Amino acid sequence: MTTKKKTIVELHQDLLSKKYSATELTKEYYKNIYSKKELNVFVNLTEEKALAAAENVDLKLKNNQEISLIAGIPTALKDNFNWIDTITTASSKILKDYISPYNATVTQKLIDNDAVILGKANMDAFAHGSSTETSDFGTTLNPYNKNNVAGGSSGGSAAAVAADMVAYSIGSETAGSVRGPAAWCGLYGFAPTYGRNSRYGVIAMGSSLDRPGVLANSVVDCAIVSDIIGGHDLKDATSIPELKTAYYQNLNSQKNALKLGLPKQFLDERIDSEVTRRVLEIISEFEKLGGEIIELDLLDPKYSMAVYTIICRSEVSSNLARIDGIRYGYNSANVAENILDQIALNRGEGFGNEAKQRSMTGAYALSAGYYDAYYKKAQLVRTLIIDDFAKAFEKVDLIIGPTMPSVAAKLGSTANNPLFGELADLLTEPSALAGLPCISIPVGTNLEGLPIGMQIFGPQFAEQQVLDLAYIYETKIAN
Amino acid sequence: MLNNNFENVVGLEIHIQAKTKSKMFCSCSGSYFGAQANSNICPVCLGLPGALPVPNKKALELCINLALALNCQINSETKFDRKNYFYPDLAKGYQISQYDQPIGFSGFLELKLPTELESLKKIRIRRVHLEEDTAKSIHEGSSTLLDFNKSGIPLIEVVTEPDFKSNKEIDVFSKSLRQIVRYLNVSDADMEKGQMRYELNISVKKKGEVKLPSYKVEVKNIGSISLLQKILETEFIRQSEILLAGKIPVQETRGARDMSGKTYSQRVKEEANDYRYFPEPDIPPFKFNAQYLSQLKDNLPELPTKLVEDLVNTGISNANAEILVNNPNRYRLFRHLSNNINDKQIVIEIAKLVVGEFAVVKTELKKRWSEIKVEPIIFRQLVELRIENKINSTTLKSTLKLIVEEKFADADELMKYLTTENLLVTNNDLELKELVCNLINQDPTAKERFKKNPNISMHFVGQIMKLKKGSVDPKTVKDIVEELISK
Repeated sequence: MTTKKKTIVELHQDLLSKKYSATELTKEYYKNIYSKKELNVFVNLTEEKALAAAENVDLKLKNNQEISLIAGIPTALKDNFNWIDTITTASSKILKDYISPYNATVTQKLIDNDAVILGKANMDAFAHGSSTETSDFGTTLNPYNKNNVAGGSSGGSAAAVAADMVAYSIGSETAGSVRGPAAWCGLYGFAPTYGRNSRYGVIAMGSSLDRPGVLANSVVDCAIVSDIIGGHDLKDATSIPELKTAYYQNLNSQKNALKLGLPKQFLDERIDSEVTRRVLEIISEFEKLGGEIIELDLLDPKYSMAVYTIICRSEVSSNLARIDGIRYGYNSANVAENILDQIALNRGEGFGNEAKQRSMTGAYALSAGYYDAYYKKAQLVRTLIIDDFAKAFEKVDLIIGPTMPSVAAKLGSTANNPLFGELADLLTEPSALAGLPCISIPVGTNLEGLPIGMQIFGPQFAEQQVLDLAYIYETKIAN
Repeated sequence: MLNNNFENVVGLEIHIQAKTKSKMFCSCSGSYFGAQANSNICPVCLGLPGALPVPNKKALELCINLALALNCQINSETKFDRKNYFYPDLAKGYQISQYDQPIGFSGFLELKLPTELESLKKIRIRRVHLEEDTAKSIHEGSSTLLDFNKSGIPLIEVVTEPDFKSNKEIDVFSKSLRQIVRYLNVSDADMEKGQMRYELNISVKKKGEVKLPSYKVEVKNIGSISLLQKILETEFIRQSEILLAGKIPVQETRGARDMSGKTYSQRVKEEANDYRYFPEPDIPPFKFNAQYLSQLKDNLPELPTKLVEDLVNTGISNANAEILVNNPNRYRLFRHLSNNINDKQIVIEIAKLVVGEFAVVKTELKKRWSEIKVEPIIFRQLVELRIENKINSTTLKSTLKLIVEEKFADADELMKYLTTENLLVTNNDLELKELVCNLINQDPTAKERFKKNPNISMHFVGQIMKLKKGSVDPKTVKDIVEELISK
C-alpha cells in the first residue's frame, strides 16, 4: 500500500472497494509518522482513539452502511482545536497538561463524519509565529529539507500532509497560518470567508481574524473537507447564518475567462526573485487559458502589517488573560503573598517569550491614552483596507500573487527578528484583515527544491470562484 | 452640628441580576440558587480556552425594558466591550460589559416623596447597560474557594447622577427601583439572594457649595437597603470629621464588614483604573430596529406609581392601594380577582380582603402570593355574601382558607357548604329582636348599666352568638342590642 500524495477521493474509493481496511490504512499512516519522528510534526499522538474510529468505519463498511467521504481517512488537528478528553496545548508549556472537556465545532463535525484523527499537530505556541519556532515543544522541520522550517503557525498540520503522515489536515489562519505553511510545504491550503467555519473551540489568537482552514494534496480535498467542517454555528456569534455550502459538488474548471487582479505591491523588491518569476510564469499560463490579467494598485501591504500587528496583539493580550493557572493550566510551585501576585507568577513562568511580548504590546495598545492612537486608528485603517479591496473587486473577479515573500526560512533565521511572524505574513495580512476567502496553491519549487506557493483570493463569500480557479490550475496547468 | 454644616453628594450604581432561563452568554441555567457549587457551568462561563460567548436575546430585551421604564433614550446601535482585569472570580480575565454605547442613557426616575415640600423629585439616570456577573468567592480560613454557578448570569447596571439631596430620597429611590424591576419581571430583586446589589459613590461637601468635592469614595457590594442607609450615615460622619479637621478624605474603595454600616478601606485609587476597554470581537455590534423598540415600549406594563393612582381613582384607599401594588404578585392576584367587575363596592371590598384576611390566610397556609390560585367567581360569591352581611368574619376567614385550598369546584359548592354547615347569617331581624328583648327584660338593671358603660352591650351580643352558634353576624346583633337597650 502506498500513501504517497493520496487524495481523499482516492482513499475513499479504495475503502469502498475494500482494497484495504480503514484500520490498515490508519496503521500505514502511523508507520510514516514513526519513521519520520525527527520532523517533530505532532505534539500528541492519539493512536488508541484513531484505531477505534477506524474500526468503527470498518464495521460500517462491513455492514454496507453509507459512509462520509472522509470516513476512515487519517487526518491531523492543529493543537489549538479542542478535542474532548484529549490534551490540547496550543503547543504551549502553560497548557502542557490541559485535557479539554469539550469538542470544537470543527472537531465535532470531523468526528460525526468518522474522520480518523491521528494526533494533534505542532504549531507556533498560541499560533504566534510563522515558523513553529515559537512552539514550546520544538520546531517542525520541512519535509522537503530538514534545514528549513515547515512554516507556521499551522506548521505541524502542513508537514503532516507533506510527509504523508495524514491525507489532509486541519489548520487555522489569523494572517497566513494556513496559506503560509501550505506554500512552504507544497500543498493546497484553503480558508473560506471569516465566519464560514466556526471558531467555537479553537483557542483564540485574534478573534476578529481567526478562521479554521484545510491543508490538503488537492483542491477537491479542500472542497470536500470545507463543506464538512463549515456552516452556521449557533455557538459562534460571528458565524455566518447561511445554508450548507456545496463547494465540492459545484467545483468547475470550465470558467476560464476571468479577470484576475495582480497587485503590483505583491511583486516588488520585498519578494524573492525566484518566487516572483515562478508566479509570473503561472500567471501567463492563466492568461493563455483565457484569463485577463489586470494590474492593481492596492494599499501597500506595510499598512496591513501595522494594522494587523496592533489589532491582533491587542486581542491576544485579552484572549490569553483567561489562562491564569487558577482553574487550569500551569500553576507555579512558588507561592505568592496574594492572589494577583500568584496569577502573575503562574503566567510569568508559564508563558513563553512570544506570548508575553505580544500580550504586552497588545495591552499597551489598548491602554488609556493610547487606545485612540493605536487600536482605534488601526480599526479605521482596517476599514480603508476593506474598502480598497471592495474597489478592486469592482474591476477584477479574483486577486492573485505570491503567498509568501520567500521560500521556507532556514532554521533559526527568525530568532532575532521580533516581528518575523508579521513580516513573513506580509502578503497574507491584507486579505486576512478583510476576512476574504483564499487559497494557496503549490506552483513548483525553486532551484534548491523548496516549494513555492501562489495565492488566490476573492471577495467575501466568493469561495467557489477561488476554489474553481485553483481547480483550473490543478487540472489544466499543474498536470 | 456636623449635619448642619455639611451635605452628602451621592450617586448610586445598582446591579440587578436579570431573570432569564439561561445565562448571559451560554446555555447554563439562569437560576442557580441552592445548586451544588460548580454544577451550573460550561466551557463558556468557566472561561475555557476556545469557548465563545453568544448573547442572550431575552436579557437584552429585559435591559431595554428597564431602560425604557426609567425614561432612558435607547442606543439603537450598540455593542459589547471587554473590561480587562485580573481576578480569580473573573473567568476570562475580562468581563463582557458595555462601555461607550450603553443600551440606555439620559433617563430619570420620578420619586413620590412623603413630604409636602418636594412631593415629586427627579433622579437622573446616567446609563443602563448589560454585562455578566462574576463567580462567587467563598473564604474559608486561609483559603478561598470559587463557585462559578453565578459566573455569566446577566447583570443589568443602572447608574444614577449624584442628584440625591437626602438619605430619605435614596431610600425611596432604592425601593421604587426595586418595585419597577419586579413589575417589569426583569428580576425578582431578592436582595438576600444577591439579585440586587448597590454600589455607593459618596463624598461630602459644605452645604450650599456648588463645586463638587475633589475626591470620591466608593463603597461596593451593598446587599440591603437598610445597610445602604447605615453606610450613608457612617460615611457622612467619617468624611465630615476628616473635613472638619481640615483634611480631605482619601479617594478609595471601601467595603462593609458587617451590618453595622462601618466601612473599611479595600483599595486606594491612585488614579482611575485602566480596564483597557475595547469592543468585544466575539460578538458583532447589533442594531435594534425602530419597530422592535416601539413594540417593546407598547408592551411595557404599567408602572407602580400609575397603578396606585388608578386604584385610588376607583375608590380604594391610598393605604390599601399602596399595599396592593407593593408586591407585584399580590397585585396580580387582586387584578385576577377583580377583573371585569364594574361594581365599585365589590372591587373595594376585594381590595380590603386582599390586603387584610387574604394576607392572614396566606401566612397560615405558608404560601407565596404567586402560588395562590383562586377562581374569581367563587371568590366574588364570598365577597358578595360579606357585603350583604350574610357571613360573619370568622366564617369569612375559614371559608377563604378553604377557597385558597381549592376545596370548591364552583360557587354552588361554596353555597352548599355554607348552608349545610349552617354558617349563613339568618338575618331574621324579628327573631333576633325577640331574643334580645327577652334577654334584656330578664336583666332589669341592664339599661341603667348601659348608660354608664356602653361596653356592656357586648355581654348580650356574646350571649346571642352563643345561642345561635355563631350563625349570626355579630355586628348585626350589636346594632340590635344597642337599639333596644338604649330605649
